[in-house]
Parts: sequence; structure tokens; C-alpha cells
Amino acid sequence: MSTVLSFFNYWVVVVLMMIGFYVVIARGNMIKKVMGLTLFQTSVFFMFISAGKVAGGATPIVRAGVEVYSNPLPHVLILTAIVVGVATTAVALALAVRINESFGTIEDDTLQDALLEEPSDRPEDTA
Amino acid sequence: MLVAIAIVRLRDLFAAAMLFAIYSLLSAALFVVLDAGDVALTEAAVGAGISTILVLAVLTLTERYEAPIKKSAHHDRWAMLVVGVTGALLIYATFDLPQFGSPTTPVQTHVGGHYIAQTYADMGIPNMVAAVLASYRSIDTLGEGFVILTAGLAVYALLSVRPKKYQGKHRDE
Repeated sequence: MSTVLSFFNYWVVVVLMMIGFYVVIARGNMIKKVMGLTLFQTSVFFMFISAGKVAGGATPIVRAGVEVYSNPLPHVLILTAIVVGVATTAVALALAVRINESFGTIEDDTLQDALLEEPSDRPEDTA
Repeated sequence: MLVAIAIVRLRDLFAAAMLFAIYSLLSAALFVVLDAGDVALTEAAVGAGISTILVLAVLTLTERYEAPIKKSAHHDRWAMLVVGVTGALLIYATFDLPQFGSPTTPVQTHVGGHYIAQTYADMGIPNMVAAVLASYRSIDTLGEGFVILTAGLAVYALLSVRPKKYQGKHRDE
């Protein structure tokens, strides 16, 4: 029983990661794909924070009366990762906006059709 | 998890963006439970705040509704298969991981203890996460700043090619 409970966090991580993975593979909409990537990313964050947790520990802020702290290093790492993740998300969304300007769509299938229709010259706004 | 599945099912991207904000807030709560107060604050501000604004801004510039799924169930089944197999392998791999919350894992017995013991004496501030982020590893944080600067430049470069309509409407952190 304790084994099952002690692995529950990791299983949540795996399930979330697979949901994100599925979205990235199976959905054609680019904004949806970005959301899937973010889900994937969040699952990794959970993984790291779970690794840093100590049973009975406290938030790593020094104060009187607390002996056991959780490990602060994974927290620092994930803090950085969250901020960098938003920066990359912004770039991905900007790419989506740019594609929409050029091709009038952010769906994979219709985008492929648009590319096949005019392969040589530079496509203009069709929206 | 349920919220995540709902995000996948929704075709209305506006509602999906809102659900994503809820998801971020829930993960912030989970981070608090796991003793990561600073991470929870960041996730609430960045995940629920800035990301949502970004997605909403993009939605105003593109389509609100996702195209309906073509009945190519074949494609979907293959995706499901790949995801299922990968997930099963990862679950199998979790059995090699250390028990959750155990104080004797490699994570806890390496340099973490040193930081916990020394931070207050070295830096004089009680928050270990802030001390490590801004003092011990300040050059790394500077590098993170460069990453954000680069991302901002990339967004600007992408959106300013056609300056007549969309420029400046996006964002800048």
C-alpha cells in the first residue's frame, strides 16, 4: 500500500505528460499544440518538485522551530524553467500569428493544402 | 488531470485558454502542497497570468474555433497507440525511482544539505530559493535574462515584418 502511494506522484506526472504528448501528435491546431507542449512541460515541473519534497519537511525559508526543510535546489531550477517556458511559448505563438498572416490558417491540414497549391511563388494573405 | 483532458476535448479555444488558467492555478496549489512556495507564486503569476494573456492575444489575431476533426480515426488510433506504449514504458520506469518523500534519496544527500545549512550564514536572508537564485547562481539567472531578451527580440522580429497591422499588439513582459 505504501508503495502504491509513494509512486502516485510519478504516475500523475506520466499521465499528464502523455496527455500533452497526445495533443502534440494528434491535434492539428497550432495553439492547441502549444498548449500540449505546455502540459508536457508542467508534468516535468511536477517531477522535479516531487523529487525535492521531504516527508514532514517545510518550505525552504529559514525560521525558528523548523528542523526539516525540503530541498531548495529543484525549486530554483523549476522557477527558472517556468519563466524560460513562457518565453519559448511566446515565440511559438508569435510564429503561429505569423503563419496565420501569411497563409490565413493555423491548422496543419489546411496549411499543407495551401502550400501544395502554390509551391513556387511566395503566398500572400488569403485571410 | 481532469482539467487537462477537458482542454484536449474542447474545440473552442477561448474556453480552452480559460481552462488552462484554471489548470495553472491548480498546479500552483499543488506546488504549495509540495513545499515549493516560490514556484507556486511564479506559476500563478506566469502560468495563469501571462500565458493566458498571450494565448488570448493570439486568439484575437487568429481563429477562435479549432477545425472539426476529420474522421481519420486511423491517424488518431496510431497516436493513441504511440502514447499508450510510451506511457506504459514510463510507468514501468517509475518503479526504479526512489520513494516519494524519502530523505535518503540521491537528491537529498548530495549538495542540497549544504545549501540548507549554509544559506543563512552566507547570505543573511532566510529565503533559500531566492538566495540560490540571485546569489549563488546569479550568473545563471543572468543567462535566463538573456534567454528572455532573445525571445522578446524573436517575437518582435516575427511580428514586425508586416508592420501595417499587427505590430505591438502582442506582448512584452
